[in-house]
Amino acid sequence: MRLELALFIVMSGLFVLSLTIGPVAVPAMDSLRALFDTSYGALTLVMQEIRLPRAILAILVGAGLGLAGAAMQGYLRNPLAEPGLIGVSGSAALGAVLAIQTGMFAASSLGLPLSALAGALVGVFLVMTLAGPRGGSLTLILAGIAISALAGALTSLVLNLSPNPFAANEIVFWMMGSLADRSMTHVWLALPFVLIGACVIAITGRGLDALTLGEDAAQTMGINLFRLRLLLVFGTAAIVGGTTAVAGAIGFVGLVVPHILRPLVGARPSRLLWASAIGGAIMVQVADIAVRLILPERDLKLGVVTALVGAPLFLHLIYKTRKDLP
Amino acid sequence: MSLLSVQNLGVTLRQRPVFRDVSFDLHAGEFVGLIGPNGAGKTTLMRACLGLLPHAGQSSLSALSLAERARTVAWMPQAREIAWPVSVERIVALGRLPHLPAGQALPPADKVLVDAVISRLGLDAFRDRAASRLSGGEQARALIARALAQDTPLLMADEPIAGLDPAHQISTMQVFRQIADDGRAVMMSIHDLGLAARHCTRLILLAEGGILADGAPQDVLTAALVARAFGITAWHGDTPDGPVFQPLEVV
Repeated sequence: MRLELALFIVMSGLFVLSLTIGPVAVPAMDSLRALFDTSYGALTLVMQEIRLPRAILAILVGAGLGLAGAAMQGYLRNPLAEPGLIGVSGSAALGAVLAIQTGMFAASSLGLPLSALAGALVGVFLVMTLAGPRGGSLTLILAGIAISALAGALTSLVLNLSPNPFAANEIVFWMMGSLADRSMTHVWLALPFVLIGACVIAITGRGLDALTLGEDAAQTMGINLFRLRLLLVFGTAAIVGGTTAVAGAIGFVGLVVPHILRPLVGARPSRLLWASAIGGAIMVQVADIAVRLILPERDLKLGVVTALVGAPLFLHLIYKTRKDLP
Repeated sequence: MSLLSVQNLGVTLRQRPVFRDVSFDLHAGEFVGLIGPNGAGKTTLMRACLGLLPHAGQSSLSALSLAERARTVAWMPQAREIAWPVSVERIVALGRLPHLPAGQALPPADKVLVDAVISRLGLDAFRDRAASRLSGGEQARALIARALAQDTPLLMADEPIAGLDPAHQISTMQVFRQIADDGRAVMMSIHDLGLAARHCTRLILLAEGGILADGAPQDVLTAALVARAFGITAWHGDTPDGPVFQPLEVV
């Protein structure tokens, strides 16, 4: 529990820090006071409508992706698994891209996220239909890869045929993932999906622990693999769908965070779930703070930073642990 | 008391019948060795008994609910899968999972049991080591300990002693025999007929799509049956040190 507590304290500290950073230069204490005190006028508006949703979303998105990544790795018994593996992030991205292309995006601030969620839903339906209710984990991976490839191809097709260079530009930027200019509406949209997904994944901990010894052994220890798979796919889909809808595609969080924290929790899949959720929140918060500090005027995208930090970190981990990998 | 009752069990995999009309009962106190040539269907038979495979006929285990079955039988698959570098102690403690409500920490009584099986398998020195990084033989013992920690009346294992050195093969057979003598039943598939002859109380010979022989080791490992099922000659006799079975030549 000590590790989780330490991570939680770091996460809370970053949350406060995140609130004090922005293009409007204000003393830290003033900005924090303005969050609760409406007499600050415009600053209160900035805090409540711009910085607070951004800081909350960083935690929500990061925690969701970290949790889903740990669950996915536990279920597939593979340290290279990540939440996007089941094709949901690809299909959510396709939904968002269609919304941008058709102009639904401009009609309402909810047009894009809702379309992304619809894409995620179609994706999870296709994956479950393809993989079948009783198939092993391999069929699930293959179905996920197929759906991701299809969604990627369709996304490219939309870009390819886009008559409007501005829409194409918009799509490319959206796909890089960002938390800039989000409102509380986005928080309220993502929150239920991440919460439901987290609750569903929470009940898989026992099954994931048992799966350490393989599917046959887990089944004879009383684990219903069919139910576990259903919970896992829908939990992951809810989280990935919800977070992709509001933040775009943010890679490497669900892959790297469980990998870093695994040795610190004695490699137990159930304990890794929660450590990974807090760790994911920390990683996205750090990246989102970095985005605002490094190149504030160039609108650096969050997904670019997580990938830039995540990929070398991952390479380092592979290099370090390659003796243990089969 | 019958701990497993199998009637007319049959399995067909990819349109090919593996075996059919297999019937037997396992009783408390029995240590049953399931023997047979490669491909006879020993693993398939045990998985079907456990309800892990679709099958014709009845097995008293596959009729149970998942939770009841987990408290009735512990199963050790042949593939020694340990996905993560979890400590040996944690691996063994996983055996207590079917007995605990979700989310509950290990109660003191269960801890005592876990400690006892760790000692019984000689794993005290390894308890904090990552199980996935141990040698094959040590992993096998950790997984046997895990199955024992499940503390079920029936234990089924698929070639649990394959890959162990002679000392650990013998001591593992002795542990299984003790468990049976304590009033439980053990069924394991085994290729080493010498160890099977020496330690098992009963042998079931699976060959030619069904049970070819079922009984005391000396009645199953006869020259005729061994030649027919395995295509070998063997010497089988009683010595002052107990029964000895030694395969000799391929027929």
